This record gives sequence, structure tokens and C-alpha cells, in this order.
Amino acid sequence: MSGRDVLITGIGLVSCLGEGAETHQRLLSSGEARPVVDTERFPPFPIHPLPAIDWNLQIPKRGDQRQMETWQRLGTYAAGLALDDAGIKGDEALCASMDMIVGASGGERDVAVDADILAQSRLRPDVEVLLNEKLTTDLRPTLFLAQLSNLLAGNISIVHKVTGSSRTFMGEEGSGIAAIETAAARIRAGQATHVLVGAAYQTEHPDMLLGFELGGYLHREPHASVWKRAGMEGGGVVSGSGAAFLVLESRDHAAGRGRKAYAELGKIASGRARRGTALEPALAAMLQEMGADKADLVVSGASGAHEPTAAEAAVLQRLGLPVRGWSTLAGHLRDAQFPFSVALAALAVGEGVAYPSSDDLERPVDGAVETVLATTVGYHYFEGMALVTAAK
Amino acid sequence: MPAHTDHLGRPVVVVTGIGVITSLGVGKDENWKALTDGRSGIHAITRFPVDHLNTRIAGTVDFLDSSSAGATALTYELAERTAAEAIGQAGIAGDFGGPLFLASPPVELSWHSRFTLYGESDDLEGYARLLSVARTHKGTDVFESVMFGSVANRLADKFGTRGLPITLSTACASGATAIQLGVEAIRRGECDRALSIGADGSATAEALIRFSLLSALSSHNDEPEKASRPFSKDRDGFVLAEGSAALVLESLESAKARGATILGVMAGCGEKADDFHRTRSKPDGSPAIAAVRAALADSGIDEDGIAYVNAHGTSTPENDKMEHLSLSTVFGERIKSIPVSSNKSMIGHTLSAAGAIEAAFSLLTMQVGVIPPTINYDIPDPSIDLDVVPNVARRADVSSVLSNSFGFGGQNACLVMAREPV
Repeated sequence: MSGRDVLITGIGLVSCLGEGAETHQRLLSSGEARPVVDTERFPPFPIHPLPAIDWNLQIPKRGDQRQMETWQRLGTYAAGLALDDAGIKGDEALCASMDMIVGASGGERDVAVDADILAQSRLRPDVEVLLNEKLTTDLRPTLFLAQLSNLLAGNISIVHKVTGSSRTFMGEEGSGIAAIETAAARIRAGQATHVLVGAAYQTEHPDMLLGFELGGYLHREPHASVWKRAGMEGGGVVSGSGAAFLVLESRDHAAGRGRKAYAELGKIASGRARRGTALEPALAAMLQEMGADKADLVVSGASGAHEPTAAEAAVLQRLGLPVRGWSTLAGHLRDAQFPFSVALAALAVGEGVAYPSSDDLERPVDGAVETVLATTVGYHYFEGMALVTAAK
Repeated sequence: MPAHTDHLGRPVVVVTGIGVITSLGVGKDENWKALTDGRSGIHAITRFPVDHLNTRIAGTVDFLDSSSAGATALTYELAERTAAEAIGQAGIAGDFGGPLFLASPPVELSWHSRFTLYGESDDLEGYARLLSVARTHKGTDVFESVMFGSVANRLADKFGTRGLPITLSTACASGATAIQLGVEAIRRGECDRALSIGADGSATAEALIRFSLLSALSSHNDEPEKASRPFSKDRDGFVLAEGSAALVLESLESAKARGATILGVMAGCGEKADDFHRTRSKPDGSPAIAAVRAALADSGIDEDGIAYVNAHGTSTPENDKMEHLSLSTVFGERIKSIPVSSNKSMIGHTLSAAGAIEAAFSLLTMQVGVIPPTINYDIPDPSIDLDVVPNVARRADVSSVLSNSFGFGGQNACLVMAREPV
């Protein structure tokens, strides 16, 4: 045990299943959780939509809400949940000294403006002049700020007063993996005492779906378990809107303010194994490096993308590790995928029991759950794993 | 003999390789010559039509193969070429073997690609049509161009960097943050060396329009080379620009063990977020002040030890005023006698790359003993009482530099560099 061990002392979650750590834990433990799927809005692509959210609960100023689009609101909201959960929210000194790493892509474009430009582009040859003409007159000036990657962190600073530092990592699932890995490394090295880390993803926007579909990654109806999408129409990914933020804290810092932790965040590994036949051996090597055979359960962020999901399933099966692929229920949350996996792992460890399986490929776990492996194997590149253990 | 650890017992981090591209040219030598000649790289935009635009000038990099191939392609080429220059100078052969930290702009599907996709079908309208044809582009550059991690992933392949590459954005402070992440990784003992790059090739029409709509850009279109005028009374905004710098960071111990030439010391990094406003700084300047102080404290060099300030100096009315307030608060009366110059007067604001490019120029300033000027300083702002090294480069013995980077979203990151290990 070290005073610089990394503890998870706050969790903020939003997904189609609801909001809050407790809600997710209760629902997943009950065995009653069912995927919430919207097939109407972006056919033929199913998505997992946001639940109803009262933004006022975490973003009290209407002016702040107006400055953001849904992605930034969602992240700011979930960050607030995590800070609340850790007993840090509103504590000026703790927030002012708190570091922050956010995983982010970009924000929402103006669909109407884009559609108008596209339509007119077929009617005239000088499309670049058309672009200047339309963008200068039709874009809302402050929309840019709702689109900038680092402005989710910026809004968290403004709304929740987290100002020790603010860093934004980009790179799909890799952003969330690197954010947690870096935050934990800084705490272990004494470079930080408490860090807000997480990501949000808002998929209910055609431009966001386009990002997946240009690679042919989106699954087409009907919805199915992440483990069973190979051979079905499309690329296997059903994206979801959601967010996961964690408060990571050194053991000493948490003890100093008398906070109990959900779990301890242990070893973390990350990589960028080449896809194709190299992926499976790379994942096997990573599992070995992690000492994954110690795990009682794997909380998998498998995306459903055919090849990486098959590779992950194969190596886990070979090790005989029971697995829960939560994206069947809540969808693929891209930048937030790894933070969400780590959060669910922490909740499982906190309860000491595995969630019931939602799929016949996911075998039941009888004994107590003390060590959980959280995984995220990116749909296109990048992968990461973390061991989450019961807090001592 | 200098110690291998710093005042806090951490490994000393030095720079052993530097690569630079800006609108002034390719490579350190070409850039340094232009910079110390007081030459501007700002010019009329030719990359795209400028009809209807208020600002028709920029510091675009127009002389690379990818200059017209879209933001992702150009950002990659800028990063690759500066990394190759830096690694070459560092004398590292084969795989680089340390982590990669890349500061680069957020990506989006280019309008060129949007128009192309839209033209591939007559069914449906707007995004529904784009979505209906999207998957035929599987496996192409179009897909890679919208992936936020793809530039770093390709760089990792090219240079054999270690592990998961980190792509980051702290807006206009990104380049400094990339360096800070490298310094921290070496100090943690995770690696002996790190590759930190800031690269930005995102000067598209839409980017220009977005900044223009926020009233951030200069519209001195008639004399492009005179548009960026930091600390001048008639400054009217920054000039959008492109460029890249790469630094090979290395522990002093490792650099000495392999006999590498030490180009400077990355002595300290400091940061502080601002919670005041999305684009404006807290009126009392306290977050910028805290970032400068944090960098000084981290470096072990105090206010009296700083010989030169490489300013953020964007040439916006707000930044230069706030930066003066912060510097005069930290340094007191002494700030009037410390040279403070802005490279942006010549290269414009290279956004994600700025912090890295200006760190590279800061290192060259110490090495060569010449301070690049702040050009276009014709009408001083009487409320900003600084020695801005007006218009002409100056010989000076510079043993240490503070380099500032501030950005939208409350980002403040500062670096302290020293000429040699102590």
C-alpha cells in the first residue's frame, strides 16, 4: 500500500439507461436492464439515445447552457455528477487545485446550414465561393465554441470551477484510455493529488454517425448483442450517447478528507496493435502483462465492430474469464468508452458481485468479485485495459 | 559537472533535436534567418477564394506537397517533416523508442469531401445522402481524415514511437502542453526520451470564417506583412497561420550517455485553467499569473533569473493587454527591462503548433544569442510599457526564457527554458 495509490472516489455516468452511478449499478445488478434503442431517427442505423435530463441540476445558469450544444452539456453534466459523488463539488479549494483530463472529439455542426450548402452546391459551379457566402452569413458566431474539442473542459472549468489544470486528449477510444492512464500515472508520481477525468459522446447527430460510417463501421438493424453482430448487415457498431467521469484521488488525499473509495485503480496498459491477425496475439500479450488471470470478471467495452470484438472474445474465452459486454445495453460511447468501462468495473468491485449476464456467451459468476478487468478495444485502432480492485 | 536531477530531485529534461516549419520556410535555418531578419511570412490567401471574407490574409504554408490536400493531410506532413528534422538532429537512428505527444487541430470532414460525397448520389437530401454513400469510402483517406487519432497513429508508425500516442488539444496552448506531457513522462521515469510535436495545417475557409465571426482576426488586408502587430496601439486581431515544430526531449543522463548535443533545458512547466469566460480572460489576469508562477516554481528559476520572455503576443487587443498585466504583476518593475518579443508578429498565430514553434525559437534565441524582434511596432500602445525588441533583432546573452501560451477555453500554459544545465 502506498499513499499514492490511485482510488476512484467519484463516478458520474449518463447513458440511455439513465443517469448516476447508483442508477446504473441498480439497473445492471437487477438483471432487468434492457437496451434502449432508437431505430426511427437515423434509419437504417439504430442508436442508443440520451435519457431525459434536467440540465439545470448540474448547469444552473441558462446562459451557460445556451453557450453549449448537447455534447458539451452532457459532459459538463456528468462531470458535475462525479464531483458531487466525490463530495468535491462546490468546494472551492479542492476544485481550484484539481487537475482535469478530458477525452474529446468535436462538437455538433449546424445541420441546416450544411444541408443548405450541399443542396445549392449542385446548382452552381463556384462551390468555394458559395461556401464563403453561406458560412459568413449563416453560421452562429458562438457555435465554433460549442464545437472546439477543448471547450468541454473549458465549460467544466466555468461551471464547476475545476481549474488546477485542463488538458484535452483526442483520438476516439484512445483519448479516454490515455486520459485515465495519464491521470493515474501523475497521481502515482506525486504530480497530482486529485484529478477529474472522463469523456462524453453525443451520437444523435448525423455528422457523428458519418464519422463511423465512412469506415463502414455502423451496424444496421436489427439490434443484437455486441458479441453476435458478425455476419449481420453493417459493421457492428451501434453508437450511443453517454458520458463517464471519474474522480481519481491519491490514497493520502482521499484519507485526508475522510472519503471512502469505490475501488482502487491498479495497473493500466495501452497500445496500438495493428488490426488483422496481429490483434489477437497483441491482446493476449496485454492480458498477460496485466496479470488478467487474477480477474474475477471482465467488464468489456467491446464495440461490436466485427474484427476487434471477435479478437477480444477469443482471447478472453481462452483465459476462461467471464465477461460482460455493456455496450449491448448502452451502445458504443467512443471517447467515453474506457472511462465508462472503468466506472462499471469500480461499481462491480464496490458491490462485490458480478452483474447478471445479458447474453448466453456471458457466463454467470458465483463467487465474490474483488478484481475486475476493464477493457476497451477500439473499433478501428487503439486499446487499453485497467485492473480495478476492492479498495483497501 | 551538472547534476542529472533538478532542484526537486527529478531527472533534468533537455532538448536534443528541433525541427520547424512555418510560413517563413522549411527547417530551423531558413526560419531563423527570416525571423532574425524581421521578415513576415504573412501573405494574401491563394489556397481558396476570398470572396465575401473580411480577412483575406494568412500565414498559410503553401509550399509543401500536401498544402492543398486538406487539413489532415497537411497537418500530417508538417508534423512528419519537423519530426524527421528533430530526430535527425538528435542523432537517433532506427525506432525512436519513446512516447509521442502530438498537439494538432480537431478534425472534421472537409468541405471538399462533403461536396464529393453529395455528388455521388441523387437520392435523399443533406446528411441522409452523405450517410447513404459513406460506407463506399471504407478504407480510404476520407475515413482517416475524420479520425482524431489518425495523424498521431501514422506518425507512430513512421518513427517507431512507443505505446499509444497521445493527441491533444488545449487550443492555442496545445504546443506547450505537448511539451509539458513529454517533460512529465521523463520526470516520472517512464522513458528516457519523448517526441513532442505541435502541428497545424488547418487554415481552411471555414476555420478563417469561424475566427472571423468571433472578431478575433486582423483585417489589415492591404499590407499583409504588417497585419500582425503585437503590443501596438493599432493592433486589431491575430493572423491565422500554419506551421509545426517538433522537439526531441530527453533526460540529461540519457543525452550525455549517448554523447548527444544538448540544445537547451526544458526546466519548468506551469498551467492554470481560467473559469471566467469561454474566450475572455479573468480581468485580474490571475490564471495567467498563476501559470507563469507555476512554471517558474517548477523550474527552480525565480523572477530575477528570467532573461527574456517569448510572449504569446497574438496581436489581439485583449491578449496583449492581459499578457502585459500578468507579466508586470509577476515581474514588477523589472519587466520594463526584460526583453519581451512576439514571434507571431512574423509568423502569425499557428494555433495548435504555436507553443511548440515558439519553444523551438526560444531555444534558438538562447543558443545563438540573438532575440528575434517584434515587427510592425510603429505605434506603441502607451498602456503596454514593455521592451518588445522593436522591429530589429538584438544580440543578447540569453541564459533563460519564459514562453507563454494562452488559449480559448481558459487554457494557460507556460514553459521555462534554460540554455544549459546547472
